[in-house]
Order: sequence, then C-alpha cells, then structure tokens
Amino acid sequence: MIELILRRLGGALLILFGVAAITFVLLYALPADPAVQLAGRSATAQTVANIRHELGLDQPLLVQFVHYLGNLVQGDFGRSYTQKTEVMTLIVARLPATLILMVTGILVEVVIGLTLGTIAALGRGGPVDRLVMMGSFIGVSAPQFVVALLLLYVFAATLQWFPMSGFGTVRHVVLPALTLGVLGAGWYARMVRSAMIDVLNQDYVRTARAKGVAERTVVLRHAIPNALLPIVAMIGIDIGQFMGGVVVVEAVYGWPGIGQLAWQAIQQVDIPIIMGVTLISSLAIVIGNLIADLVAPLIDPRIRAR
Amino acid sequence: MRIAREFLRRPTAVFGLIVVLLVVIGAVVAPWVAPYAPDEQLFDGLTLEGAPIGPDAAFLLGTDTLGRDLLTRLLFGARTSLIIGVVANGTAVAIGLGVGMLAGYLRGPAGNALMRFTDLMMAFPALLLAIVLAALFHPSLWIVAMVIAMVNWVQVARIVYTETRGLVERDFILAERSLGAGHGRIIFRHILPHLMPTAIVWGTLGIATTVLLEATLSFLGVGVQPPEPSWGNIIFESQSFFTSAPWLVVFPGIAILLTALSFNLVGDALRDILDPTQRGRM
Repeated sequence: MIELILRRLGGALLILFGVAAITFVLLYALPADPAVQLAGRSATAQTVANIRHELGLDQPLLVQFVHYLGNLVQGDFGRSYTQKTEVMTLIVARLPATLILMVTGILVEVVIGLTLGTIAALGRGGPVDRLVMMGSFIGVSAPQFVVALLLLYVFAATLQWFPMSGFGTVRHVVLPALTLGVLGAGWYARMVRSAMIDVLNQDYVRTARAKGVAERTVVLRHAIPNALLPIVAMIGIDIGQFMGGVVVVEAVYGWPGIGQLAWQAIQQVDIPIIMGVTLISSLAIVIGNLIADLVAPLIDPRIRAR
Repeated sequence: MRIAREFLRRPTAVFGLIVVLLVVIGAVVAPWVAPYAPDEQLFDGLTLEGAPIGPDAAFLLGTDTLGRDLLTRLLFGARTSLIIGVVANGTAVAIGLGVGMLAGYLRGPAGNALMRFTDLMMAFPALLLAIVLAALFHPSLWIVAMVIAMVNWVQVARIVYTETRGLVERDFILAERSLGAGHGRIIFRHILPHLMPTAIVWGTLGIATTVLLEATLSFLGVGVQPPEPSWGNIIFESQSFFTSAPWLVVFPGIAILLTALSFNLVGDALRDILDPTQRGRM
C-alpha cells in the first residue's frame, strides 16, 4: 500500500513537472508580449526593452524555465507583472471562494446524480428512467453561461430571491452552485444508473432478495455502496472540469475566486498568474485522482486484495 | 440497412437527426432565406430610445443591441458553429485515431510514452487551457477550431488505444502477420476498419462538446470575434442588456442547447447500435 502511494506520488510529481514545462513553453511561444502589454501603447522600444530585462524575459527560454522551477520547488510562484504581489498570496486569497463553489457544486452533483441515477436504475426501461436519461442529456448539452444568465434573470432580477452577484452570504452561493451542480449531475446520474444496473443483476443481490431482505435494505445496504466506486473516480476527474467551469460561472456571478483571477490575468497577459493558476488547477486534478485511487480500496475490498 | 432501421426505431435519435438536419440546412441556405444581412444595422431595428426590439412581425426573433435582426444572425451563427464543430472535432478525432492506434499497435516503450503523454494532457485543466490559448492568440474562427482540437483529441486517443490493444491480440491479426503482411497493411486494412464505429460515434458526440466549447469561448470574448456572428458572441454582446432584452440570451441559448443535445442524441444512438457491448452505458 505504501509502495503504491509512493509510486503514485512520484507519477503525480512527474505530471506536474510536465504541465509546468508545456505551459511555460506555450506561454513563451505565444504572440502576446507581456512587456509590450505592460509598457502601454505609447511606450518607446527602449522602455519595452527595459521592462523585458526587468522581468527577465530577455533571457533564453531554458534559463527562464530553470529559474522558474527553482523558485517553484520552494513554493514561490513568482510575482504578478501587473499587481506587483506574490502570485502565491493572490491565489491563497482567492482560493477559499473557489473551494466553496467547488464543494457545494460537487455536493449538488452527487446528491442529484445519486438520487436520480438510483431511481432510474430501479425503474429501468420505464417512463421514469427515460425521463431521467433525457434530463441528463439536456443537462450535459446545456451551455453553462446561458443557464447562469437565465437563473440570474429569473431568480435574481425578476423574483429577487437571490442577489445578482457578489460573495459573502449563503444566498450568494445558491445560484452559482446550482449552475455548476445541476448541469454536471447529468453525468453522475448516467454513471450511477449503469453501475446500479450492473450491481442489481449480481448474484448476491438476488440472494439478498431471496432471503427476504426488504427492497429498501437491498438498495441502500447492498447496491448503493457498490455503485459508489465510479462516483469517487468521477469526482476525481470532475475537479479538472470544474476549474474551467469556474472561470465561466465566476465571470457571470462576479464571484471573487481563482477563476476571476485567471480571467483578469489572461486579459492582461500576466503570465506568472496564468502559470500559477494552471499549476494549481493541475495539482487539484492530480490530487483528485490520487484521492480517488486511495479511497477506492476503502470502498471496495476486492481492490485492496490486489 | 440494419443500422438505419434500428436508428429509426428510436424516437429520441430521430428527433436529434431532424434537428441536426435543420441546423445544417439553415446554415447552408442562410444567405438566401435570412430576412436581412447579418451585419446590417437596420434603420428601424431599434426603438426611439435606442433599445433592441422584442420579437414581432418584422423581426421574428427581435433585434440585438445594434439593431440587427436576431434571426438572421442566428442563421449565420449556425454556419460558424457547424464549421468549427466539424473542423475542430474532425481534427481531434483524426489526431486521437492516429496517436491511439499507433500507441496501441506499437505497445512497448513507444506506446507507453504516448499514453503517458495523454495522461499528462488529462491533468491539464482543459477549458482553462483553451481560454488561455484562445485569448493569447489573436482569436479567429480557425484559431478557435485548432485550440478546441488540441484540447479534445486526448479522450479519443485513450479510447482508440484501448480498442487497438484488444484488436492486436486477436487471432485474425496474428494470422495476417504470419501470412507476411506488413505493418502498414495490418494497420490500414485490418485495424482501422474496426475502429471506424468508434470514430463515427466520437465524430458525432464530439461535435456537441465542440459546439458548447466554441460558444463558451465566444461568450467570454476570446472565441469568434464580432461582427462575425456566432451563437456565443451574440450572447457576449448582449449580456449587459439581458434583463431588459432576455430574448437575446434565450434564443441563441436554445440554439446552442438544441444543437448540442441533438448531436449527443444521434451519437448516443449510433454508439448503442454500432457497439452493443456499450449499450446503456455512459
């Protein structure tokens, strides 16, 4: 087990290194020049050159990258070009808001997905099943930003149940979390449904039923725990999807999280922040997958035995 | 024939196909059936106060904030969505097919390296990467298509890889090899045809993802640039007016949803029909 964890951690580090390298090269190779951006429109060539020198952008790519990595292993993401603050400080300040959004969003997804997926599996082939499957298709086909705008229109502008934008109270969380959660729940519902159908066809479920165990108990005690495995794996993957969705949802709801930070940085070609957010997102994805791998044996003893 | 018959037996698939056909036809005939020109700022397209006009007899779906006819812009926007959908997703499927097949066929260190690379790509926050790339290039239709292709090929590569690995072990490939067939012949005459169902399914399902991604990028202002109409940038241009002119969000939103949904429905039906082992799965 410990060997497995170590091997996984090693792989995760390698992946993060790869992500850092690719992002660095991509940002370096892009036509947008941060020095020109910072200097402004009326700057002379000399000013641009000075800024470029100041930021270390006049050094060869490899030198810059090694320098960046050296700082990175010490937990230093560099300084923002425009805000003259440590990127780490900026990210840490924005992280809680985004985490709140992610946790509530995933919670909504899991609750809706698990409930609807189970109901659909139990009524397999029936009208409820078809309705749930159709609904999940609509959910995964709906554009997040449109749903976000419509929720705002109906529940904030017209009914005034929730605030239009901002951050701070529980009422602020509801619409963004619903936007992220309801649409994503489609994938969970499909996943849970197919896992449940597999499980319900297993011999041990038939045995339990034959023993006279109540259907409720069969589903809750025997079937659902076994259908949880794909959900755990799914959450791991989902974290990655969320980091992108968060940019859109935070933009629409004016949510002061990592997504907004990244969005501003992208518009200002503030490369250290873009690098930092990309790496933090990748870290989240890697950790999500790692946790999924480590939790799997706790849920399923068969994996532990391997 | 069997495929067509099974397909027609599914009401949701038929619905999807009809909508897909309508969108395609609408995009093709847009210049002839659209009531106005897509970037024509109509003289009577705004109210006296300068606000967009809601749906009425002259403008079936209303006008936008610059007094342009929304129906016309939606029809031309369908062209943008479909071009990007087909080009971006076609590229993604082609790359995924190539990489996955090569990795699955070669196995060993080469296959391993290719798969580690896709692992790496999976750890990239895909939408964030697309936004960064689209924003920092000067965004245009083709750049957006390429950005989407770069982000989307990974999933196809993984699936193709798994399938190819299974195929390579099969007896008919072994037989072919012992008859002296070269790698090229085995790959193109024997493995590729078996992967066509997967390619067709992902070629369809992927368009849904691509249409959504293009709309999202355009909505953020880093996708297709105005005045060239795209469903995403129509909403981008009018979002600050959406409480007073909700039709400017609702109609393009419906267009995006219906198109993505229909490609999903058709793709899902094709998967069920072409690959019965996957029936009822994700």
